[in-house]
Amino acid sequence: MTEHRKYEIDPVTGSPIHPHSWDGIGELETPPPRWWVLVYLVCIVFALGWWVAYPAWPTISGYTKGLLGFSTRADVAEQIAAAKAAQAPLNDRLAKADYTAIAADPELSAFALAGGKALFGENCAQCHGSGAAGNVGYPNLLDDDWLWGGDFATLQATLEHGIRATTDADTRQSLMPAFGKDGMLTRAQVDDVAAYVLSLSGGAADAAAAERGTQVFADNCASCHGDKGVGLRDTGGPRLDDAIWLYHGDVKSVAAQIWNPRHGVMPAWAGRLDPLAIKKLVYYVHSLGGGE
Amino acid sequence: MTSRTPATIDEADIPVWSHRPKVMPKKVKGPIRNLKWLVMAVLLGIYWGVPWLRFDRGPFAPDQAVLIDLPGRKAYFLWFEIWPQEIYILAGLLIVAAIGLFFATAMLGRVWCGYACPQTVWTDLFMLVERWIEGDRAQRMKLDRAPFSVSKLGKRAAKYLSWALIGAMTGGAWILYFNDAPTVVPALFTGSAGFAVYATVAFLTASTYLMAGVARENVCTFMCPYARFQSAMFDKDTLVVSYHPARGEKRGKHKAGESWDGRGHCIDCRQCVEVCPTGIDIRDGLQMSCISCGLCVDACNTIMDRLSLPHGLIAYDTERNLELAAAGKPRVWRFLRLRTIGYGLVFTLAFAGVLYALIARAPLEASVLADRNPLFVRLSNGDFRNGYTLKLLNKSNEPQQVAITLDGLAGGELSILSHENEASPLIDLAPDTVAAVRVFVRLPAAAWGGAPLDYGFTIHDAARGLTLTAPARFEGPQK
Repeated sequence: MTEHRKYEIDPVTGSPIHPHSWDGIGELETPPPRWWVLVYLVCIVFALGWWVAYPAWPTISGYTKGLLGFSTRADVAEQIAAAKAAQAPLNDRLAKADYTAIAADPELSAFALAGGKALFGENCAQCHGSGAAGNVGYPNLLDDDWLWGGDFATLQATLEHGIRATTDADTRQSLMPAFGKDGMLTRAQVDDVAAYVLSLSGGAADAAAAERGTQVFADNCASCHGDKGVGLRDTGGPRLDDAIWLYHGDVKSVAAQIWNPRHGVMPAWAGRLDPLAIKKLVYYVHSLGGGE
Repeated sequence: MTSRTPATIDEADIPVWSHRPKVMPKKVKGPIRNLKWLVMAVLLGIYWGVPWLRFDRGPFAPDQAVLIDLPGRKAYFLWFEIWPQEIYILAGLLIVAAIGLFFATAMLGRVWCGYACPQTVWTDLFMLVERWIEGDRAQRMKLDRAPFSVSKLGKRAAKYLSWALIGAMTGGAWILYFNDAPTVVPALFTGSAGFAVYATVAFLTASTYLMAGVARENVCTFMCPYARFQSAMFDKDTLVVSYHPARGEKRGKHKAGESWDGRGHCIDCRQCVEVCPTGIDIRDGLQMSCISCGLCVDACNTIMDRLSLPHGLIAYDTERNLELAAAGKPRVWRFLRLRTIGYGLVFTLAFAGVLYALIARAPLEASVLADRNPLFVRLSNGDFRNGYTLKLLNKSNEPQQVAITLDGLAGGELSILSHENEASPLIDLAPDTVAAVRVFVRLPAAAWGGAPLDYGFTIHDAARGLTLTAPARFEGPQK
């Protein structure tokens, strides 16, 4: 038989007052409502059921799987499969349509653009930037300047075979000789032709040097870059008479590029992406504002 | 509510959970009860009737007068149509409702609770059914105490099933506000309605049953947040259900023919307590649990009639009048007070604002999303180009066509993707949709001054004679 304490009843609330007190402040021993206690008990029972039904306990090499076989990974796989199945009819239509047909169909166009954008972010943004504005050495895909051409067919060929890609025999090849490093031009000639090249696009350059560089350009550069640097798409020779520069447009950078040129490389995507993905990418890139 | 309790309790006797006495309100008759029946009929009529009203909106929009189209992201209310971006109108309506509640509370106390609150309306309905099946207070108490029997089981089963049915009708009607009523009701019964529909009906059936059948006055007393702060809107001139202690005390039993001298008019018959749906004693004064339903007024007046005493021992009255009555002075009514005028003014302003927002709603809207990555593009000839996505909202129920031009950008040249080869392209806008139009604006290098230029896109709808300008900004390199 244990000794029971007597609790005083608080006259205002009707609750028992706990005999302990801190600094004269007592505590009420108000019983919770019945429904509350019942809900609490139900929750305990529910939790026990949950342990059994769902993955719950870690083991040394894994975890308890639960009776329902629930798995978030399987759920995600299922959702991805469902999304792919939902896209299938549009993908089929896209595969059959040519680029003009896609442009004429708002639904197909929106689908191709959305797909292209996602693919671009995954595969192209690393070099060309997430907004496709390019970088030093990596062409801006938004402007109207194209090394190889900006119509659908050319874009598709570029994407499929890449630029200077080592894995593809049909890749686009354009290699500029290292005029200075390999001793084809003297330092003075390189500086002169650099001044000339800058003058083509109205850049600030030494007029006398540019004059001297005219002949150097005609002898060494015009074959790839065209007369007066208008560019040659057949060889991928960049335009030099415009405001767009792949490796900076100051005289020092231009001279450096003539002395020992740098060359960008783009992989051939034909084996990496399926034809439909390439189609979406081509359509997306063409829509960015530079498409021809 | 303070009952006599012993001064101490043994530790072992403290209960694990508290026991609240069941409140079993008694039937009451009187003008307030009649008003409450009327309000209940009107409110339930609105709730169950409104989804069935039709409203012709033409071929491209639903024909239900009140409809919240969740998949279509639109809400329809008679002539008005609300899009997600106009949700501020709904926020405005909620503000109007809140201030309306404050206004009513400052004037008439917790009148919303007593008459219009769904908790009260449905509890009243559930109690009505309960009374039909199990009888009035005394019979219900007797049944409650009675041992298990077939008759008790039958009555209880009938009551619970009726409640469940009303709950189902309540949940069932709710979904009509989100679906086409004549389509979804047959679908509901043939099993072809969607999961969300069945889940909503099930949830609301259960919650109606729980709230109006089981929880009842506990909602008003323990759960309702409004009960907790309503007193902030009260003052001495707020009309609340009041017991007049000056007239009623000293209370006590009274025998017919006895003189009323030297005692109060309250005969302690406890009718006011027995009819109270929250189980309180109004003679303890105004308290939080009082939902201002006034049923105790009806009950007390019935007794006063029987005693040939004047009405109003319990009445809708103000604290000021209680004091005046105690001092033997005449009543004063002060409905125009700084508080009520203030609430009234704010209510009117907020309501006018929402109404204006609804009426002045343009059927065409445009917003400009400028490309940010990159801000501008340099073209071969040195020109600068900015890219934009124009979101054109056709908020009407008809297809439209609009033309887009530049406004205030000298030298600027506009091209619209997918319409490059058209001289003056018209953009098709499907009814009730947002069209995203990709446009490019090109500015000659000579026209670029080195600082961002503010201009606008003019959207012209020739068919309706609507023109609007969406502000835009042209970015380029800093010089």
